[in-house]
Amino acid sequence: MSVEIKENQLIMDGSELIIESLARSGADVFIGYPITPANLLYSNSLERFPSFFAAPDEISALQWMCGFSTTGKFPVTATSFPGFALMLESVNMAYMMELPMLIILVQRLGPATGSATCGAQGDLALLTGAISGGFSLPVISVSSMKDCWELSHNAMKMAIDLRTPVVLLTSKEEIMTLASFAISQLSEINLLERKQYSGAETFVPYKTNETLVPDFLPVGDKKNQVRYTASTHDQKGIIQNTSKEAIDNTKRLELKHQKNLKHHLYYEYDGEKGANTLLISYGITASASREAVKNLREQGEKVSLLIPKTLLPVAPEYFDIIEKYNKIVIAEENLSGQYRKILFGEFGNKKVSGVNGIAEMITPDRITEVVLSK
Amino acid sequence: MELEKKKFLTDADLPFCKGCGHNHIAANTEKALQLLGYDPMNVVLVTDIGCHGIIDKSFLTHTVHGLHGRSVALATGVSAALNNPEKKVIVFIGDGGATIGMQHLIDAAHNGFNMTVVIHNNMLYGMTGGQPSEFTPAGFKTPTLPDGGKKTGYDICKLIAAVEGASYVCRLEGISDFSEQLAEAFSKKGFSLVEVMEICPSYGVKSNPGMKLSKVIENAGLIINKFVDREVDNYKTEVKTEFRSLFSESDAIQTKFPSKLEKPVRLMLCGSAGEGVQAAAEFILKAGITSGLNGTKKGSYPVTVGVGFSAAEIILSSEEILYTGSPNPDVICVTSSDGLEYARKTLANMKGGKLFIDSSLKAPDTKAEVIYFPFRERGGAKNSSIYSIFYFLTKTQLFPMDSLLSVFNENKIAKKFDQDKMFQALNEPFVDGLTDNKKVIV
Repeated sequence: MSVEIKENQLIMDGSELIIESLARSGADVFIGYPITPANLLYSNSLERFPSFFAAPDEISALQWMCGFSTTGKFPVTATSFPGFALMLESVNMAYMMELPMLIILVQRLGPATGSATCGAQGDLALLTGAISGGFSLPVISVSSMKDCWELSHNAMKMAIDLRTPVVLLTSKEEIMTLASFAISQLSEINLLERKQYSGAETFVPYKTNETLVPDFLPVGDKKNQVRYTASTHDQKGIIQNTSKEAIDNTKRLELKHQKNLKHHLYYEYDGEKGANTLLISYGITASASREAVKNLREQGEKVSLLIPKTLLPVAPEYFDIIEKYNKIVIAEENLSGQYRKILFGEFGNKKVSGVNGIAEMITPDRITEVVLSK
Repeated sequence: MELEKKKFLTDADLPFCKGCGHNHIAANTEKALQLLGYDPMNVVLVTDIGCHGIIDKSFLTHTVHGLHGRSVALATGVSAALNNPEKKVIVFIGDGGATIGMQHLIDAAHNGFNMTVVIHNNMLYGMTGGQPSEFTPAGFKTPTLPDGGKKTGYDICKLIAAVEGASYVCRLEGISDFSEQLAEAFSKKGFSLVEVMEICPSYGVKSNPGMKLSKVIENAGLIINKFVDREVDNYKTEVKTEFRSLFSESDAIQTKFPSKLEKPVRLMLCGSAGEGVQAAAEFILKAGITSGLNGTKKGSYPVTVGVGFSAAEIILSSEEILYTGSPNPDVICVTSSDGLEYARKTLANMKGGKLFIDSSLKAPDTKAEVIYFPFRERGGAKNSSIYSIFYFLTKTQLFPMDSLLSVFNENKIAKKFDQDKMFQALNEPFVDGLTDNKKVIV
């Protein structure tokens, strides 16, 4: 038998792709506290990032990141639910101060400490309400090895462009499963930079233009006073109770996400002509859905597939796609159908059904069954 | 020294109650920074929640106003990022914040992060109605503690003085001019801390009528003194400029061997932690890739390293692999009782395929073809997984044995491994007389 020479392949896991991509994008510092199953991101960052800090706890990790971000550095951390829960108040602070940073959330089975080495997709309901007041916290979800590479960069760009913390949502298997992967699949990664205010007028920290994103200067700037405030504040960054200027500033925090979402909208839509059914899936379950769609089409079934990657805020574009179909199936590895509820509400919709489960990856067969059910 | 007019504070009135010690701290900070000749643009003031935290609007320095109790951690990030001792990072925090953020204080002192922490200790929570903090001394009354505290409050100076990294720790009474002491603290490299004792005019004075601050301090057994004044190496942030990529073309695996795999094969290895299951799985994965296949390997194990089961699911395919799970594997190798427990559910669901199982175990009911082999007895527990993958390849011949050997021999495990013994064992006819499921493999 002759040897068919294939393109050379590497064996790698998602953690390597994410960290290498972020490092090439110009991320400055990883600040971490160990937690399974996020530890590969920690160890790879130790090797690859310009600076690395082992924080004494997750609250410190996020606070240190905020400190770094006020000076113009781009910080990254990786955690799982128990750690993220501790970070949450500080994520709100970063959101209010408008500090770019990336939090890689590696989902594992809960509640509480749950099963640390078992993957899950159980944290989206938390993320959709993570910011007090229901403000949009951007959540970007990887659904393949290639996404680990490209979306990590895109998530970092979103954080910088919108001056916001961004959650890169993953799960245990997306970080830890090894796979053969050809380097040629990796696109060039450009260095991202944080633009600094260079106007002649006195810098006003939270004054914005039509983008609704304020200009940036680091604390320690030689010419201009820079203020950051986690409390309700006016454009100067001075604490206010409910003055109009301050409340307008608070409202802007949501509006900037809605206004700029189209520039950071990532999804895969594989629409099939004549299909009445749309399968929606994200994250780790997306690969099972891809396989289910492949199998169904081989059997002559017509089915379309939508893989949202910018999960939050929910893009109106998803509904433009959804309304073309009579039957919607949403597959995700949690019990209650978290994204299904985000899209269709607590009581759902007759045309919508879910494929759900915990403690094991949802199989292509289970998805196929629901897609074919009447 | 003749001081300039205000350089660090605005001309507006300070935002505190009349008689509050916070006023003195702000004024003395202005004076201390002037004494040291600082430029306001070289000063970052980090504050948090509590009455003290409303000061930042009065300062002309950079200001960062964060969460209750977290200002020291926030300042740690600012300080480590600036990485420049010319930039002075000052933290204002209350006794409540210092209670919440005690770990941050210890950690910042321990590491010698460049900053001066000024604790505004008025021994209660002034902003929320005068509740006690952990700094409230025994006998000191507050509106919600009308009989006075029963326990002595924290002695923060003693606590931080005990941390080796602190360069300067002092407690002072927050009256009159203490700018020189503040200036001394500000001028220290690394981590310095000043605890300023105050009485809250709204709640402290009213709850403890006629009691003087000096008397409260004396009754509490707190000493007004300098606890630490030493040269300590301050923290320096390492910023690497040269890196090796986490992967590169030079790490790529070349196709060296042919494979006759026509459809994907899913293999599951189930054994015990510490018996090389994950390593064996990586060998077979890499061997498959060396044979021109695509491959994935998903590991499963409990959270505690080195205890309980260890399992791996390997998929090899000439096509792109989408789903990386193996609910119905083609082959399961079970090398230990831990592994068998883990595999039971999968074995019960299998509709065919093969189970290679250690002959010390009893195979459960399964539709898989059951084949016994004494992996543990012949290879020893530590090598049982390695034996199982060579056995797998010997029996299935999905790709050339040379591919697995080439991968295995690159590894340091191979150096202490008796391959001749293994191949002799694998090729011997084996008669299993230990269980009901007798099987002869030739």
